[in-house]
Amino acid sequence: MDTPILEMRGITKIFPGVRALSDVSFRVQEREIHCLVGENGAGKSTLMKVLSGVHPHGSYEGEILFAGKTQTFHGIADSEKAGIAIIYQELALVPEMTVYENIFLGNEIRKGFTVDWNETIRRATEMLSKVRLSVNPSTKVKDLGVGKQQLVEIAKALSRDVKLLILDEPTAALNEDDCDNLLGLIRGLKEHGVTCIMISHKLREVIRIADRVTVLRDGSTICTLDASKGEVSEPVLIKHMVGRSIDNIYPTRRHDRSDENVLEVRNWSAYAPKLGRTIIKDVNLRVNRGEIVGLAGLMGSGRTELAHSIFGNPDGYRLEGELLVRGERKHFRGPEDAIRAGVAYATEDRKGNGLILIQDVKQNITLANLAEVARRGIMDDHAEVKVADGYKTALRIRTPSLEQAVSNLSGGNQQKVSVAKWLFVKPHLLFLDEPTRGIDVGAKYEIYTIMNDLVERGMSIVMISSELPEILGMSDRIYVVSSGRIAGELPVGEATQEKIMTLATS
Amino acid sequence: MTVQDLRKALRQNVRDYGMYIALFAIMAIFTITTQGVFLSSRNIANLINQTGYIAVLAVGMTLVIVIRHIDLSVGFLAGFLGAIAAIAMVYWHFPVFVAIPFVLVLGVLAGLATAFLVAQLGIPSFVASLAGWLIYRGALLLVTVKTGTIVIPDPIFNAIGNGFIPDLPVGASFLPGVHKLTLLLGAAAVVWSIIGQIKSRRSKKAYGFEVIPADMFVIKMIFLSALIAVISWNLAGYNGLSWTLVVVLVVVAIYDFISTRTVLGRHIYAVGGNPEAAELSGISVKKITFVVFGSMGLLTALSGILFASRLQSATIKAGELFELDSIAAAYIGGVSAAGGVGKVIGSLVGALVYMSLTSGMNLMGTDIALQYVMRGAVLAAAVIFDVTTRKAKK
Repeated sequence: MDTPILEMRGITKIFPGVRALSDVSFRVQEREIHCLVGENGAGKSTLMKVLSGVHPHGSYEGEILFAGKTQTFHGIADSEKAGIAIIYQELALVPEMTVYENIFLGNEIRKGFTVDWNETIRRATEMLSKVRLSVNPSTKVKDLGVGKQQLVEIAKALSRDVKLLILDEPTAALNEDDCDNLLGLIRGLKEHGVTCIMISHKLREVIRIADRVTVLRDGSTICTLDASKGEVSEPVLIKHMVGRSIDNIYPTRRHDRSDENVLEVRNWSAYAPKLGRTIIKDVNLRVNRGEIVGLAGLMGSGRTELAHSIFGNPDGYRLEGELLVRGERKHFRGPEDAIRAGVAYATEDRKGNGLILIQDVKQNITLANLAEVARRGIMDDHAEVKVADGYKTALRIRTPSLEQAVSNLSGGNQQKVSVAKWLFVKPHLLFLDEPTRGIDVGAKYEIYTIMNDLVERGMSIVMISSELPEILGMSDRIYVVSSGRIAGELPVGEATQEKIMTLATS
Repeated sequence: MTVQDLRKALRQNVRDYGMYIALFAIMAIFTITTQGVFLSSRNIANLINQTGYIAVLAVGMTLVIVIRHIDLSVGFLAGFLGAIAAIAMVYWHFPVFVAIPFVLVLGVLAGLATAFLVAQLGIPSFVASLAGWLIYRGALLLVTVKTGTIVIPDPIFNAIGNGFIPDLPVGASFLPGVHKLTLLLGAAAVVWSIIGQIKSRRSKKAYGFEVIPADMFVIKMIFLSALIAVISWNLAGYNGLSWTLVVVLVVVAIYDFISTRTVLGRHIYAVGGNPEAAELSGISVKKITFVVFGSMGLLTALSGILFASRLQSATIKAGELFELDSIAAAYIGGVSAAGGVGKVIGSLVGALVYMSLTSGMNLMGTDIALQYVMRGAVLAAAVIFDVTTRKAKK
């Protein structure tokens, strides 16, 4: 067990103006599950890009030994040939192609000049059984859920005789069931002689699965901990990651709830013409002033769709039922109306439909409420900068300048920009869809603190989250959504993870 | 400042100034190869009048490409609307000041029709505007087939493409042979640009934003001022400022202002940068699509008027390839097909680069076949330059 399959020595990588990695050492033993943890910006992804050849040999200092040889990868093709496969957070599958086509994409099984489809399907079936995925290999990938797509990715890696599999935040988009399944599978891969490196922000997962854990902070290796020696625990990991200990992950707040109704939906149903089915069924829900309402449920249970249907219905569902905002019946023709009525919605997918990545921090912050920083349709740059600077300070957005493109910010800071954008419309009610997905512990804590601050000042928040501890830690009241219905409502005092999961799977 | 500093500053800002450098280089080359004819007042005046109808299209096309669409119909639509203008004046006896707004309104309607297909019915703009291309081509043939070329006799209309602004009524003894009003406007432009730049630099500095080093700033200002001075002196030496140039400058000024300084502009670039995010921010993507295609239609009509006026007639082939020329100009000017990136001023310079090539090669008597090859090469080079400098920045 103590032969290293991979050893990275003295890796230093410098981007213009930033030292992303300085003298990092990283050893991975054969057939182990090695987790790599650290805050966003700690250098985990950069290290993996160096390893996989995305940053080619020569663009960094240091040495990589893999399978007993010094390696000089000049691109992903080189590292793949050596037996290293990397699976990114954003899946690299072609949605319109079938499962078997995807598995052997770029690695087609040939018979003469043509592709041997029968053999391809046979081998694909074999790979699918290895990853314990029972789907028809002729299914199109777009028809699979995210969890299953992830398994297809792994099957694809296995089909190439991978020795070292790198998983970048594999569970970020998965619900609890799929998570369990995936983690079980990763353990099983050991038997096939595969070594795994997993990057994750979910520490409980790390503790469950890791043989050893390496912590990176600010581009340096802090330590490598051995699980078999009992060195790995949540407080220890957090301490090493942030360099200080966070005693309470969820900050406390004053609870002075009122019964003043901010939002109420009655007998709310939504039919999605594009999908040809009803996605929200007869939902009744209310939100009071100054409370955080948690919307729990599995991925695909309809939580995001519910939020969309209330937030001006941008997807064009056919709606039924009543919507009341602060006691008044409303009919929103689009997000614009919802915003005007004091309802805001920060999306789950920051990069996809939340922010405009090529635009800068201040442009993103003011986008949803430009009228406020303009006079008769003409932008007032002075006012805009003042507003953006105010939120930068208040939310502690770490950016070199307000003119920095948001694509250059870390996940946590992007999330803060997204929150700032929605605070600037001065809503009474803010939907936060997966507000802490993919961001690190320190930034999570800051987001939670901001949320508490907002509700203490009388705003109401509806938080959609797949992380049960977060739901339990932050909500005043919890609705559990299952297949487009409200499966149950729980005051936080009575809620437990088990109760929520029971309702969510009902 | 050392040479090294200058080099470094140039390298860092090469993306912003690349186009100007290219324009300068092209002009220098043609000036040498044509023994100075290229830079003669007469040729520059001609060049500007030829660029006009492409430049206004390129300005509109910039915004269309920014919101991730394309409009292929503009070429023959311009030709068709030019013909309508001619018919309105010649056969229907519309006065010129009625005919022009009439055609502009038709242009807007045509643009909105394309927008309807794209925004309301969700048809890809390539297909929707290709249909427009065919329809307007047919329509142009239809209205000109009986009469052939329609000659426009209206002197006011024809002045748009061929005329020059009047001069100041001062004695002939003062600066004879030079257009005084043009010089005066040129001087005003220099002063205005210097004041504007100093103001913007000051306010940027006050916010702690990055500004280019002071010496670079001075060099840039001197360069710009000299450019304006040379151009106005050059134009003043012939007949002065042409009406076409006035039209183009007004269009560019308005569109630059809208795209950089207004809420509408922000909304357009937001839709281009990420339509879903824009929609969820309360911006109606549909509305923006209608506005942008409507403006494209308006500018297409204007382009048609400029071209018909320049030829003093409406012809069967008017507008042929305008759409591709204007798309090329926009891309040379730095518009990105990925959406959300592109400046109106850039497209104006792109149009100038493109038309300078044509004009210069015509002067040199270059074979038409070779001209196409050269234009293609410059387009490819511009886009390659754009892509590689963008990568280097990351």
